[in-house]
Amino acid sequence: MPETDQAARRLRRPYPDPAWLRWTLILAAAAVVGVLIVIPVAQVFAGALAGGASVYWDNLFADPDTRSAILLTMTVVPLALVANVVFGVAAAWAIARFRFPGRTILTALIDLPFSVSPVVAGLMFVLLFGRQGYLGPFLQGHDIKILFATPGLVLATAFVTFPFVARELIPVMEAIGDEEETAALSLGASGWQMFRRITVPNVKWGLLYGIILCNARAMGEFGAVYVVSGHIAGQTDTMPLRVEKLFQEYNLPGAFAVASVLTLLAILTLVVKAGLERRRPEGPHVD
Amino acid sequence: MAVRRRVLPGFSLSLGYTVFYLSVLVLLPIVACFSKAFSLSFEGFRAAVWTERTRAAYALTFGTSLVAAVVNVLLGLLIAWVLVRYRFPGRRLMDSLIDLPLALPTAVAGLVYASLYVKKGWLGRHLVPLGIQAAYSRLAIVLVLVFIGLPFVVRTVQPVLEDLDPEVEEAAASLGASRGQAFRRVILPPLYPALVTGFALAFARSLGEYGSVVFVSGNMPFKTEIAPVLIVARLEEYAYGEATAIAVVLLVISFAMLVLINLLERWTKGGEANA
Repeated sequence: MPETDQAARRLRRPYPDPAWLRWTLILAAAAVVGVLIVIPVAQVFAGALAGGASVYWDNLFADPDTRSAILLTMTVVPLALVANVVFGVAAAWAIARFRFPGRTILTALIDLPFSVSPVVAGLMFVLLFGRQGYLGPFLQGHDIKILFATPGLVLATAFVTFPFVARELIPVMEAIGDEEETAALSLGASGWQMFRRITVPNVKWGLLYGIILCNARAMGEFGAVYVVSGHIAGQTDTMPLRVEKLFQEYNLPGAFAVASVLTLLAILTLVVKAGLERRRPEGPHVD
Repeated sequence: MAVRRRVLPGFSLSLGYTVFYLSVLVLLPIVACFSKAFSLSFEGFRAAVWTERTRAAYALTFGTSLVAAVVNVLLGLLIAWVLVRYRFPGRRLMDSLIDLPLALPTAVAGLVYASLYVKKGWLGRHLVPLGIQAAYSRLAIVLVLVFIGLPFVVRTVQPVLEDLDPEVEEAAASLGASRGQAFRRVILPPLYPALVTGFALAFARSLGEYGSVVFVSGNMPFKTEIAPVLIVARLEEYAYGEATAIAVVLLVISFAMLVLINLLERWTKGGEANA
């Protein structure tokens, strides 16, 4: 059935809601979205720009600790993202294309970070890599710093965000099926050629969608990163951690300035996501 | 699915890498966590996880998450209904805005909710004179958790509501059901699985939430201190054993929620197929 026909059918109801009811519900929903989402976003920018544009600029780029927080986030997030994309593609290929014992458990395991508290995730890395941790003596002996340094931040971020790419790719790959890939192989393509010419182009929108979501979550990660960072100003504070520190120091304009950049990135994420959803027929779905 | 001959390449490579990555990033840390917890004596474990302060923290974490998830079910159903059933200017904007809590860093949510509801804040200046303290209180925690969990119910209910066959409603109408009867008997039942799944997702997310709550709650022991905040407090005292013991309690709850959500999602998919 054509899409428009179906949409029209969907709106033709045996009980057309009377106008007063329709508008009461619409206004109630708008009020909820307004109070919970729109007003807070407006407050972020109002708080950031309260002192004028030059103060805003100084809050962002004149403070060396804030500057280094921005740089650190720009280092940690891409590293975690690359690790999770490689993992996501590998996991989706294994789970969507093959049947093997333990497949269900593996699929369930991928969802784990959605229900583990980020603080607990951070704590687990402290127990592994901390000075009194299981690998602590070994790491100290070899002069490797993971905790309270960039590698720890990357690990914690990767843990919290690894489901996103895999969860997007698995249903997409399953829906597309493997006929084209099998055909490419039977025509003499190598595995790598098949992957590059068939698999990646087929799943590219799903892949991009997963990357967008993973990126949004990675740059905003707080709990896990909070535990493993050690809060060394100028060294291990990411942007969300910097927001918290400025808030604790009662520097609200500074905190809102950093928050406004993160909010802009979140809005950008939504815009790109909406654009991608129009390209994918499945429509919106959770996480 | 029929028996699959493994003609496609890369099985051992992709599965091997997946298992390796998950082992390093997930299994190893979890094993470390449990082995640390088991290194405590039973009495030590009990003393760490069962004090007046931890009990207050569990009760607060559960209570606020539960209230927030219930509120999310009601608001989520309202918003999903409006988005699917009605056409009005700004509908697509509202639809996109629902995802903002998923994209917005929790620290930003915490910062802004902590500023809105204080006495001089945009909303606090109207609410505080009425005696509504929505900053540094339990209400503050519930509010920010409602924000965090809002997308989950909307996004699980929306597709089910869209796929609802109008003919079922037409049949109800032609058989003489009133609007209220049709809603309760025909529209609502297929939505139950989605509502419960959305509830569970929002609840699970709220249980572990830290970033936003730490800003808005004030973190007063016995009053507004949630369990993850307590773990961080123990860590900052270098009491790793006690912190781990509390973490294990939360981990076990997380595993239970994970199993529950997986079962619920299977139920939801079954419901969709029947609808």
